[in-house]
Amino acid sequence: MLYGFTWDTGHGELAFAISILPILLMGLITTLEAAFLGFFVACVLGMGFAVLRGARSRLVAWPTAVVIEFIRDTPLIAQLFFLYYVLPDYGILFPAFLTGTLALGIQYSAYMSEVYRAGIQAVDRGQREAAKSLDLPPARTFTHVILPQAIPRVIPALGNYLVSIMKDVPVLSVVTVIEMLNAAKIIGDQTFDYLVPLSMVGGIYLILTIVASALVRLVDVKLPKRGISLR
Amino acid sequence: MSDPIIAFDKVKKAYGHFTVINELNFEVQRGEKVTIIGPSGSGKSTVLRILMTLEGINGGVVYVGGEPLWHERLNGSMVPASERHLRKMRTQLGMVFQQFNLFPHMSVLRNLTEAPRVVLGLSKEKARQRAEELLELVGLVDQAHKFPGQLSGGQQQRVGIARALAMRPKIMLFDEPTSALDPELVGEVLNVIRKLAAEHDLTMVMVTHEMRFAREISDRVCFFDKGRIHEQGTPEQLFSQPKEQRTREFLKAVLNG
Ligand SMILES: Nc1ncnc2c1ncn2[C@@H]1O[C@H](COP(=O)(O)OP(=O)(O)OP(=O)(O)O)[C@@H](O)[C@H]1O
Ligand SMILES: [Mg+2]
Repeated sequence: MLYGFTWDTGHGELAFAISILPILLMGLITTLEAAFLGFFVACVLGMGFAVLRGARSRLVAWPTAVVIEFIRDTPLIAQLFFLYYVLPDYGILFPAFLTGTLALGIQYSAYMSEVYRAGIQAVDRGQREAAKSLDLPPARTFTHVILPQAIPRVIPALGNYLVSIMKDVPVLSVVTVIEMLNAAKIIGDQTFDYLVPLSMVGGIYLILTIVASALVRLVDVKLPKRGISLR
Repeated sequence: MSDPIIAFDKVKKAYGHFTVINELNFEVQRGEKVTIIGPSGSGKSTVLRILMTLEGINGGVVYVGGEPLWHERLNGSMVPASERHLRKMRTQLGMVFQQFNLFPHMSVLRNLTEAPRVVLGLSKEKARQRAEELLELVGLVDQAHKFPGQLSGGQQQRVGIARALAMRPKIMLFDEPTSALDPELVGEVLNVIRKLAAEHDLTMVMVTHEMRFAREISDRVCFFDKGRIHEQGTPEQLFSQPKEQRTREFLKAVLNG
């Protein structure tokens, strides 16, 4: 029994599959929650990193670059262990789910900051010069001139990271989060039938990534309608 | 004639070891319309970009309205200008770019109201009114709600001119304003600039390859070569009786080309 649902092992494969579907879907909700929350954290934190990394002061830009590089070069699971096992020693005690999504968000923020940065740098130099010639303050130039032109360019790349975060959520199972894959494994452990639940997880993931990719493409097509050249 | 609004005093500009401008002395009087001509790479754009504070200098002093542009006076000595000083000085200048550099994600109206609202603190209503007057001037009232990408190059450049004027600068800088345009669109932009040139108070410095136009609107034409003013004079003098061999060669090349 899991999430209050019991599995039916007595009436064949199909009945078994149908009986565990609600369990896997409950797991899917956890997976999606973790993915979207992690993605949100990564979007915000990544933008913060991108801004600090691009700061004119080297005292700010340099340490940021080191931090980003460090995050990028260490495995997600190592960061997850660190947050889960080390932080409590310092009195910071988060639930496993929150720790997990935080780790996802931090890991991906490093990737996303690079994407943002590339998008920001791809905005024509003349835009900054025009803004300067009009005496627009640097912060206003960034938020109202540069970003609106950079964001549409990076939407596809950000979307790909959303898909990729979804596929990384199972890592959270090592800190006891019961997301979809973990739920399937638990079912397998108890029924000795791993084939059906794991195949179902594979199928659900396939549908999920196809839908997410289609959504990303849709957003990409709909968004840059105001004459912003994407090249 | 002794109170120039722009004065370059032995200004130097280098990129690494490559000196673009060397000991340049250059003055523009209030209300004067000056055209800069010269071969590619001679530093014409650099002069305008230094004035617009887009490029710093490596020596000498630039004065705008009698005040040093890239320096501040501190206890009687000159120190490099702070960002605050540059911001204050910048408001006196407006620039029109070869590639227009309009904000593509903003409507024409928004392009014209953004800086007046944010920088000058104009109310929405006041900024819109100013924008509409300027669109009237450049003949684009009916395009206010379009985006730059929906306009022709000539229309975009007219918006570019209006956008710079919206800040009410005393000095307008034009860097080859028609060079990126199809030949049939050049005229409409020159007409707008011609109208501005008729304004007595506005100081204009323009880099252009439109020799006939330069001759028509300029009080003075400067021939630049290798980061220096090689020869200057009234359009009449420079175009009809150039003294220098180098000037004659250049004019011959562009007028026949
Ligand atoms: N950012 C830069 N870094 C290095 N060299 C530069 C830079 N900007 C300009 N230069 C060089 O400085 C010189 C003068 O450039 P500038 O743009 O002022 O020439 P110009 O007279 O406007 O030429 P054109 O008619 O081609 O526009 C050129 O040789 C150019 O290659
Ligand atoms: Mg130039």
